[in-house]
Amino acid sequence: MAEKKTIKKVVETPDNRLEVLKTYKMYMGGKFPRTESGRYYKPLNEQGKALANMCLGSRKDVRNAVVAARAAFSGWSGKTAYNRAQILYRIAEMLETRKAQFIEELMQQGSSKKQANAEVLASIEAMVYYAGWADKYQQVFSGVNPVSGSYFNFSVYEPTGVVSVIAPENSSLLGLVSVIASTIVGGNTAVVLASENKPLCSITFAEVLATSDVPGGVVNVITGKLKELAEYMASHMDVNAIVYARADKKIEDQIESLSVKNLKRVHNFFVSDWMREAHLSPYRIIDLQEVKTTWHPIEVIGASGSGY
Amino acid sequence: MKKEHKLKLGKQSIWQYADAPESTSHIQIKKKYDLFIDGKWVKPESKKYFKTINPATEEVLSEVALAGKKDVDKAVKAARKAYRNVWSKLSGRERAKYIYRIARLLQERAREFSIIESMDGGKAIRESRDVDVPLAAAHFFYTAGWADKLEYAFPNRKVRPLGVAGQVIPWNFPLLMAAWKIAPALACGNTVVLKPAETTPLTALKLAELIQDAGLPEGVVNIVTGAGDTGAAIVNHDDIDKVAFTGSTAVGKLIQSSIVGTGKKLTLELGGKAANIIFEDAPIDQAVEGIINGIYFNQGHVCCAGSRLFVEEPVYKEVIRKLQDRIETLVVGNPLDKNTDIGAINSKEQLKTIENYIKIGKKEGAEFFQSACNVPKKGFWVRPTLFTEVAQSSKIVQEEIFGPVLAVQTFRSVDEVIQKANNTPYGLSAGVWTDKGSKIFNLTSKMRAGVVWANTYNKFDPASPFGGYKESGFGREGGLHGLRPYVRLN
Repeated sequence: MAEKKTIKKVVETPDNRLEVLKTYKMYMGGKFPRTESGRYYKPLNEQGKALANMCLGSRKDVRNAVVAARAAFSGWSGKTAYNRAQILYRIAEMLETRKAQFIEELMQQGSSKKQANAEVLASIEAMVYYAGWADKYQQVFSGVNPVSGSYFNFSVYEPTGVVSVIAPENSSLLGLVSVIASTIVGGNTAVVLASENKPLCSITFAEVLATSDVPGGVVNVITGKLKELAEYMASHMDVNAIVYARADKKIEDQIESLSVKNLKRVHNFFVSDWMREAHLSPYRIIDLQEVKTTWHPIEVIGASGSGY
Repeated sequence: MKKEHKLKLGKQSIWQYADAPESTSHIQIKKKYDLFIDGKWVKPESKKYFKTINPATEEVLSEVALAGKKDVDKAVKAARKAYRNVWSKLSGRERAKYIYRIARLLQERAREFSIIESMDGGKAIRESRDVDVPLAAAHFFYTAGWADKLEYAFPNRKVRPLGVAGQVIPWNFPLLMAAWKIAPALACGNTVVLKPAETTPLTALKLAELIQDAGLPEGVVNIVTGAGDTGAAIVNHDDIDKVAFTGSTAVGKLIQSSIVGTGKKLTLELGGKAANIIFEDAPIDQAVEGIINGIYFNQGHVCCAGSRLFVEEPVYKEVIRKLQDRIETLVVGNPLDKNTDIGAINSKEQLKTIENYIKIGKKEGAEFFQSACNVPKKGFWVRPTLFTEVAQSSKIVQEEIFGPVLAVQTFRSVDEVIQKANNTPYGLSAGVWTDKGSKIFNLTSKMRAGVVWANTYNKFDPASPFGGYKESGFGREGGLHGLRPYVRLN
């Protein structure tokens, strides 16, 4: 008679299992490095419990991220609008498949289940919304200019370049997704500072980006302290524009001041409630675009009088 | 064997024309101009006046009031009152009709304005008559029609004016810049305090007279004269909602700094160091004309001047020879002469700046070429100048000279020239010369600049948005896009 064997399963007691914790790193040039500074900080939830050891990003991290963003700019802005639309739509798909994870993180950060669910769904909607604009805002806002003279003259939008994005503090997923989407859909690349106290979703969202055909360097996510990093994000000479989506007026003034060095375009995208439909807007896309006007002569065949 | 003409053109060349001066008999310049505030001519609180001279003769043309802080405050109050009580309550259609009136009156008096522009600023009458003044009138006419159509310019938005606009303009296109500033502000429902440059205030003051004739409600447009301090008083006034500035990048940065935290809206149209790129397959003769027009138009006092020339190596010698030949034929002298191509440098100060850059260019070891033409004894003049053998790092390649000085470099490949052309903090304009369509679109889309001219240069139109990338400023003037800086969208 055969001896009765007990088959040992990998997981014996699921309820008592020790959870594998995630190491939250930063996202730069398509890779997930730790901060070069080796520093960390512990954001706390409302009960005073530490959420995780987050990378405390440094000046050098900002500079590395700008290098990655600049390197990615030519390729990203050179993609066809249709291609960018598909990539943004792909981000929405990846978000959708990871709903549960984002809801869990939002709840860790203090949202109720209902709030977290609504925020995740709104984030997916926002991404689908902006994806659709990729190959449309140009048609809506550009055009041929009827100049007096034998010239063909047209104005088009082109991305401003590398954009520093100081993402919203309190809308750690929806606000983040909205500002990133409206920045990159028009071909800009971004250096993003995530919410300081609610940073979990930003890194998980970076994992979504990393698996959504977004080329490395198009979005770079740094975690850390606004007070420390605002200066570097606003004064970097290879950054063309800066989006500020927080309420601290003092820091906003500091950003405006430092941006003068290379005439950065400064935009305040702060809103109190990102859930409002009105905050989905193509005007946020063209805020981060430059208008280029091109002239070319049209040949005039003297007095030929030929019609169509 | 290819035949090559070697034109020998010196001082006594065949290009001597008989004098053809424009008559100044019918123009009116007052001996003294006060400030135009609240629809009236008002004496400055300081009781101070400054002289404006003709840079071609160094003769005094008129004395102009120096506006101080108190005067600016009066002007802003007048503008605010007019905004609140009158202008913001008018329908777009009514606003449009006032602006149309200004356009028409300007057309009627175009010649007078052209002559005064040339006398006060030194630019050739050919340009003030054919470019500056007609374009200024066209700008008012074009923009007028937007006033009652703003909801079409900004889809899905309600459009509101900003309030009082403080505008500071430069001396290179005095009337045209006034038109670029005033027309969109008014069309969008704002009122204006404008300061013309201290060396060229006259056409703006003549425009104030014309605005009175047009019956524009009092205080809608206020014109105050003075120098940097007056401009600063406007920019820093608490009750200004919008600042628009055209001028140097250095001053633009000062302005941007000074309004930090105030919430004032800002547009800056600043300096440039445009690349003009000529390929082997370009229509060379046309390109040479374009290069000449690109850098010597308006004595080179043009922010979008094509001051860096890039020539593809195979045609380098040919292009330089043709450029030098063409430079020798340019007529430098009396701005009021209809044959004059290059007029007087706008001011003694600017003359010094340009001469200093020419010295620097020589010192840096660049090859120097200048037309051999005579220039008048009195007045401020610079002969059209060409530097070859310059390096990307040369000061005359990096910095805006704002004079008739061209720096020439060569290139071998498309990638190389794109890199070199974009290697500047500026990004206002660029030029490309080639007969190959796909190359044009490659180059025009790669240039990080707000205006790109392909197989042409220095063309302007009220329907065509103008403005820069990078440190050439932000915001556009002209066209539909030129309205955006003057509206609030809801």
